[in-house]
Amino acid sequence: MHITPLGDRAIVVELGHRPDARTHHRVQAARRLLTQPPLPGVLEVVPAHTTVTVFYDPTALMGKGHPAESLLERLSRAVRERLAALPDRGKHPPGRTVEIPVCYGGPYGPDLAAVAAHAGWTPSELIRQHVSTEHLVHMIGFSPGFPYLGGLPEALAIPRRATPRVAVPPGSVGIANRQSCIYPYNTPGGWHLVGRTPRCLFRPDCSPPSLLQAGDHVQFREITPDEFESWQEPEPAA
Amino acid sequence: MSLLILQGGMLTTVQDLGRPGYQDQGVPVGGATDTLAARLANLLVGNPREAALLEMALVGPELVCEQDALVAWCGADFPVRLDQRPLPPNRPARVPAGSRIHCGVARSGARAWLAISGGVDVPVVLGSRSTLRRFGMGGLEGRALRPGDRLPTGTPLFWAQQVQESLQRAGRAYVDWSVQPGTLGRTRTDGNRLRVLRGPEWEWFRPEAWAHFVKSTYHVTKDADRMGVRLEGPLLGLREPRELVSTAVDAGVVQVPASGLPIVLLCSRQTVGGYPRLAAVATVDQGRLAQLRQGDAVGFTEIDLATAHELVLAREADLRQVQTALSQRTG
Repeated sequence: MHITPLGDRAIVVELGHRPDARTHHRVQAARRLLTQPPLPGVLEVVPAHTTVTVFYDPTALMGKGHPAESLLERLSRAVRERLAALPDRGKHPPGRTVEIPVCYGGPYGPDLAAVAAHAGWTPSELIRQHVSTEHLVHMIGFSPGFPYLGGLPEALAIPRRATPRVAVPPGSVGIANRQSCIYPYNTPGGWHLVGRTPRCLFRPDCSPPSLLQAGDHVQFREITPDEFESWQEPEPAA
Repeated sequence: MSLLILQGGMLTTVQDLGRPGYQDQGVPVGGATDTLAARLANLLVGNPREAALLEMALVGPELVCEQDALVAWCGADFPVRLDQRPLPPNRPARVPAGSRIHCGVARSGARAWLAISGGVDVPVVLGSRSTLRRFGMGGLEGRALRPGDRLPTGTPLFWAQQVQESLQRAGRAYVDWSVQPGTLGRTRTDGNRLRVLRGPEWEWFRPEAWAHFVKSTYHVTKDADRMGVRLEGPLLGLREPRELVSTAVDAGVVQVPASGLPIVLLCSRQTVGGYPRLAAVATVDQGRLAQLRQGDAVGFTEIDLATAHELVLAREADLRQVQTALSQRTG
């Protein structure tokens, strides 16, 4: 495992090279090992596709160990010791399955036909594929609550749009590079939009605030425009 | 106990030291773009470290303080006035109820921080009062301040009341001493040269790229906000086309998209990025990023990690000394 400094208050632990399910489970196992319990002087552990980044407070770590050892050496050693228990592959917590209702196509998913054509499918074939795939939440990033979902077949290795949209409606479900995503907020975005969910993906008053967590599975379910427009967001569990 | 906003200025927001701890939920850290200036402003009015204050950009706000209070501001060169009289930076000033603070237009630099004793008391969202406008989160309704807004303020600490009273007895608006943020830690005086560390992907770039980067002068483009600053200057090319799998970034990170032109990230950056990270600005120089304006020249000087850590330590030690000195001084 490779450890590199990122500026003067974070280190990057590389756990793989490709955003696949195996690397995902290694990243999540590393995140658990590094946060339970937290390492002294460590402020935050941020998992991504192939890395965990460990943010630290230099003032809390300086001058605490062997004088000849630099802060970087000391922190790297502590991280390596924790990750000695990291399995190369093996068991991982099953994760929850969260159902996400989606209204596909039309004004809800303006790129549905184009993405289907790229794969050589009809729009209904693409929808059938999308709702029957088990999507793994690789990470949350880009915006609060924004999931990167793995699991699409090679036929959907479609690059992002050459020109990103300036504004993507919240709830939009996108596809690019064999991944799906959901935009929780009105932001610019370059993924191809195939549908839209009425669900709220991020609530600051909930703990955790993101509806989806890395390691969860997403099951998409097709709904009609009527169901979309009349959707009542369930109250979050207390 | 409140501040009444008469003019919002160009972009005045409630900020504190940000919202760390939720990056794995996709939440940017955000907060004041110069944490040293914000911490100093809070110290000068006796506030705790985490108190919220106002961050202004280029055109400052005009506001009325609706109770007797102590205020202090730090940052860019704004012509701040208290009831028509100049209010110098970096020191506590007594503001009688009903006084008007007019911040004006920055003469140089871009941002300043105005603290009020007791702190700005907007609701805490995910551990912070800082405004994240992009997602309408925190601060006052998640947005910039505008005329008619009324910001509640908290209870000042006893120290602030003592300083207020001693200023009142002396018939003065502000103290005759100041704490210059530029004197804290080991400072530099070579203009806009920022100290940088090599980034995780620096070896992805052509062999001459690093030398170009640290020898050249870059200029700030019009794309400069709380998320980042786009620079123009010599192009920084990769050895071969290569894509970075999205991974965490931080304020100060210098990322280089396919255009070859670097972007320096500020604190409201996204949590993850997919561009190779050539360099990272040292923590002690990140506050200077907040002062860059379109057309400004910036250069970069390499330092090593141990030096960067010593610089942080030296600055924190000086800040602690200021805190100790202030606690013993009430006028």
